[in-house]
Amino acid sequence: MGNVRHVRLACLLVAIAPLCAWGALGWAAEPQLPAGLAPGEEEPRLPAGLEAPSSPPDAPARPAEPELPPGLVAPPEEARPVEEAGPVLPFEITGFWEVRGGARLRDDEHERDASLGETRLQVQADKDVSGVELRVTADLLLDAVADRHAVDLETGDGFLDLREASLVFSPASMLDVKAGRQILTWGTGDLVFLNDLFPKDWNSFFLGRDEEYLKAPSDAAKVSAFTPWANLDIVYTPRFDADRFIDGRRVSFFDLPGERIVGRDAALQVDRPDEWFVDDEWAARLYRNVASYELALYGYDGFWKSPAGRQPATGRATFPKLSVYGASVRGPLGRGIANAEVAYYDSGDDRGGGDPDVRNSELRLLLGYEQEIARDLTFGLQYYLERMLGHGAFLGTLPPGAPGRDENRHVLTQRLTWLTMDQNLLWSLSVFVSPSEVDAYLRPRVKYKVSDNLSVEAGGNVFVGRDDHTFFGQFEDNSNVYIGVRYGF
Amino acid sequence: MTRLMVFRTCAHLALAALAASPGFAAPAAAGAEEPPPVEEIVHRANLVSYFQGRDGRAQVSMQITDNQGRTREREFTILRRDEAASDAIDGAAYRGAQSYYVYFHRPADVNKMALLVWKHLDRDDDRWLYLPALDLVKRIAAADKRTSFVGSDFFYEDVSGRDIELDKHELIDVTDDYYVLKSTPRDPAAVEFSYYNAFIHKGTFLPVQIEYYDKNGEKHRVYKALQVETLQGYPTVTRASMTNLQTGSTTVLAYSEVRYDVGLPEDVFTERFLRRAPRQYLR
Repeated sequence: MGNVRHVRLACLLVAIAPLCAWGALGWAAEPQLPAGLAPGEEEPRLPAGLEAPSSPPDAPARPAEPELPPGLVAPPEEARPVEEAGPVLPFEITGFWEVRGGARLRDDEHERDASLGETRLQVQADKDVSGVELRVTADLLLDAVADRHAVDLETGDGFLDLREASLVFSPASMLDVKAGRQILTWGTGDLVFLNDLFPKDWNSFFLGRDEEYLKAPSDAAKVSAFTPWANLDIVYTPRFDADRFIDGRRVSFFDLPGERIVGRDAALQVDRPDEWFVDDEWAARLYRNVASYELALYGYDGFWKSPAGRQPATGRATFPKLSVYGASVRGPLGRGIANAEVAYYDSGDDRGGGDPDVRNSELRLLLGYEQEIARDLTFGLQYYLERMLGHGAFLGTLPPGAPGRDENRHVLTQRLTWLTMDQNLLWSLSVFVSPSEVDAYLRPRVKYKVSDNLSVEAGGNVFVGRDDHTFFGQFEDNSNVYIGVRYGF
Repeated sequence: MTRLMVFRTCAHLALAALAASPGFAAPAAAGAEEPPPVEEIVHRANLVSYFQGRDGRAQVSMQITDNQGRTREREFTILRRDEAASDAIDGAAYRGAQSYYVYFHRPADVNKMALLVWKHLDRDDDRWLYLPALDLVKRIAAADKRTSFVGSDFFYEDVSGRDIELDKHELIDVTDDYYVLKSTPRDPAAVEFSYYNAFIHKGTFLPVQIEYYDKNGEKHRVYKALQVETLQGYPTVTRASMTNLQTGSTTVLAYSEVRYDVGLPEDVFTERFLRRAPRQYLR
């Protein structure tokens, strides 16, 4: 008891002592030398000129003094003439050249053994013309694994993948317009998208191309308005831009009606909504910051981005109508960043859920947290819920014996990123696990920056699952490893 | 480039103390030298290192040389804007929230990436990184500021400033050219050093050399100002180095096209200009 009281008193004194010292400093108008404060400090220090207790024994009594640098020796020099930038090209060119190869880890009777075998030259050119910024990013590609070589700018097939061809201008000070082919992203998820309905390239993602290829380009106009109260983005896509979805040509998948895995032998045939200004898409985001928190509301009107239905007559896959409404918040929590996002997927062609040929409406929820848990080691955790609405009606439409779907699909994701060797060697592991579907997806990756221009990397995409029909389980035979070399310029 | 400063637990008390000592009355020190109070040295060094002018911009080139002589280079443009309109030391009026915008040019794999930092006095920084290939605005946790900045020997905190209140500062020596400060972290567990000595140039209050000592008392990091120029009336370090004595790696920073009081609008430091680089200020 007495000890506790002593400790409390000591704590109080320690807390008050510096305040007293500072009070004295303020009122005395003649502050003591810092060393003179030592007696009153809670942490007594030896005065100036004496060795600190932690100094090495051979440390000089006075810290050795540096030479004055140029500019401080004499009266300050006149300013050096400003160095002019080097000769300027008519436009700025950057890019990279890359070689990438990958192989399947399991024998997939539906696909080639090689998962990747390609070389790619990306060239990006930028130019400002009287207040308008022009940008073109084009990938020239030789793909030894692909079956189709005719250039298709929508699907990315062929030797040319046009990633961006856009112009940006400001018709008014509070307005930005970006028009043309462009990559678009918003939302708070890490590799999980709720309100971001811009096209994704799932083939590239699962086969081990660089993460930037998860995003496929949109041909759209984005108008952004900035006001003191909130900012608004509106994206209009005059003709539907689907995902570069899994169709069996490169990645085999579970064909629901056929109830079997199919691949390039039976690639998915689709009816794509493709009428200009009729089969169009609208996406909007209203957002603002409140202190350190970013708040956003989202809306989308268009189509399911990957096939989510079937034409009963032809058996071709369809992209039914879809509207999405959602919201998100992101900001600091503890020592990390937390995010939450919700979205309501309104499947307009099947509101009741009783149409077996159209995907049901859904409610989606994402909770995430990321923190640097040690120096250069970042850990991220997410919980994702996909809840089917009208689940009872859905079950009623299932043919006998057909694999059903749970009402709730739960997915946990984690991402570990570790930078070593002066941040030149990057280790990363993303894991997606669904306890409800009993399947998982692992993305290990290691990348070494040999020099400023040259990097090498290796990684894998590993799918495991109990059943053939679950989201990750269906891709089990597509598990692969890859290596890549990239030279940037 | 630097970190320095003040004693105390409560900032406003310290500032009140400063304000209440008109003209920073000279201490009753023995000898010819009558150095200003340590907190004034610390504030002035903080001002000239990180807060000069209403705003500023510079072209930065960084050369990282490892112990085997291999070099890596970084090039970026840095924009800074101060919330405080004043550069006054009195009442620490210069000190306030700041915004930083860093636009990367080189190496190729970070070209056109942009980093936005909102520095607050009362809470953790807000940081965003824009990845142009994905059009992704990524929020970054600000937790550890003593991690390498873009793989160099400089830490985040070296580039944008260490909060002067995180350390206790003592004036341990006065030479013909320098005030020598010893700064000890208030929370030793939060940092890799046990203390650091800073040689503050008397005329300009620029830190000319800062030596960090590790937990064993060994000197392990050294910052040096290599070149100083007076630009628009502001003494400015235009070349500086940071050496890691434990790894043998050195980073040399060179600032060019330094301009102060550019008139950077507040909205340059928002998501709008993360996604669309404010080119007129980056050239």
